[in-house]
Amino acid sequence: MAGSGETAVVPITKPAIAAGGAVSRGAVAPDEAGAGQVPRGVSMSGAERLSRNRFWPAVPQAVVVPLCLLLLWQFVGALDVIPAGVLPPPTRVVEGWWTWAFGNVGLGLNSYSGTWFGNLLFSSQRVLEGYALAIALAVPLGVMIGWNRLVARMVDPTIQGLRPVPITAWLPFSIAIFGIRDFGAVFLIALGAFYPIVVNSAHGARDVNRNLIRAARMMGATPRQLLFRVVFPSALPAIFTGLRLGLGVSWTAVIVSEMVAVKSGLGYVLWDAYYVGRMDIVMADMVSIGMMGFLTDRILLLIESRALAWKQRSGS
Amino acid sequence: MLEPARSESLSRDALRLSGVDKLYDGRHAVQALSGIDLRVPEGQFAAILGPSGCGKSTLLNIVAGFEHATRGEVEVFGEPVHAPAPDRAVVFQEPALFPWLTVWKNVVFSAELRGMPKSSYVDLAREYIATVGLSGFERHLPDQLSGGMKQRVGIARALLMEPRVLLMDEPFGALDAQTRLQMQELLLSVWEEQLKTIIFITHDIDEAILLADIVYVMSARPGRLSFRLPIDLPRPRAVDLVTDEAFNALRRQIFSEIRGHD
Repeated sequence: MAGSGETAVVPITKPAIAAGGAVSRGAVAPDEAGAGQVPRGVSMSGAERLSRNRFWPAVPQAVVVPLCLLLLWQFVGALDVIPAGVLPPPTRVVEGWWTWAFGNVGLGLNSYSGTWFGNLLFSSQRVLEGYALAIALAVPLGVMIGWNRLVARMVDPTIQGLRPVPITAWLPFSIAIFGIRDFGAVFLIALGAFYPIVVNSAHGARDVNRNLIRAARMMGATPRQLLFRVVFPSALPAIFTGLRLGLGVSWTAVIVSEMVAVKSGLGYVLWDAYYVGRMDIVMADMVSIGMMGFLTDRILLLIESRALAWKQRSGS
Repeated sequence: MLEPARSESLSRDALRLSGVDKLYDGRHAVQALSGIDLRVPEGQFAAILGPSGCGKSTLLNIVAGFEHATRGEVEVFGEPVHAPAPDRAVVFQEPALFPWLTVWKNVVFSAELRGMPKSSYVDLAREYIATVGLSGFERHLPDQLSGGMKQRVGIARALLMEPRVLLMDEPFGALDAQTRLQMQELLLSVWEEQLKTIIFITHDIDEAILLADIVYVMSARPGRLSFRLPIDLPRPRAVDLVTDEAFNALRRQIFSEIRGHD
């Protein structure tokens, strides 16, 4: 067995899981052999070194395709096939974005000027609230479903029955109940993120190695100790899978609900800008949403790598 | 100092099974155990030898309290067994260590569960970790260890529980031959020092003879104890005993017995 010190960190590929689908575990295991095979003293190429970083995937390779797309987009814009009002070229989007972000607020005809940061905060706050609510409900409930057969029989059918109703279908319900208010958005986010988190948590808690349970029981663990010291840590990798999926759903939900049910945030601006024909703002908004989704996922990944440090260390 | 074949009638029974049956219901009902009678006096090293699928692990699980007998009685030091408890430590074939805990944390897990003050177990834990040869590996994670080392952690963990009976379910079955020999020597030295009651499940004839005071041979479908053979080889024993003539005689005896039943 190789010691942990001399082996490099291998990027861990997460198993792909549809929010509704079954979780394929075991795919998480990093390539065991690969880690030890880099001959010592042989230096790695820059790209190789970069690709070993889990948080920032190899940058040089990664930017090639987006750059080409950007150039193509600029080129199509210059050709004037599609009117710039419909598809503004990147340069115009950046210009519009600049004003949106750094322009003076409340002056002139540009109602978006200087409101980017505020709207970003509105959306982020809603995501944070809804997502936190989802975690607080779904993780304990999921673990209980996975752990306790009675809870599973009582609660799981309801969850499975409600899950096929898309969060978009809940919009009128949400507006009717909560009105055009913040909590409408928070509700939808929490609801959307709830399902993948609860399903994956339940899966993780159900799949605990039977021998670990037995080992803890023969050492005298009470049911409570079993739950907190064995079941929960065992389920944690699956729980994190659910958390990452849930975060993605949260950003979808915040945009959808802001488009309809609230009068602020990136989703609201997106739809509003479309109505008044500001496609540059629409495009800039889309990129902003993508950035936030990416950024929050990286933060979550960082937390995960801390919480599951044992998994990475043992993989090497 | 060491009496190899201690007189069974004099010491008290650590374990007593009488008329134990185990039936698995279902579409294909299986009688895993049938009419098991077994008495293991305190301090004895008893090996239960049998082919895979003969029900020997079921027997151990029943003694551990993981499973329940369909019929019959199971008593440990006179008390009926209902559930797993720390007086019966189990060493599993797959070491069953908590992968998120370090070697140290795995070993002291039982003490932490019981909420014992640190000072009461730290020294003992260090000692047992040293006994199994893992000093210096306290902060490693299980998956950073080899199979044999993991099993050493499992043994240290079981010893720290200070159980009255040690149940071992083919603990060295998954190890390579050389590591297995090392582990057998380790277990011999630990046992000869502690004289704990051990129930040792194995399918390896040499292992059973080498380690045990008495070998019970189990036959399959339904699982029953078909034969018992006291091992009167002198102790302390070492693995080179395997080449001994007395050892070979015992081995032949078991072989012929197994053939007779198949």
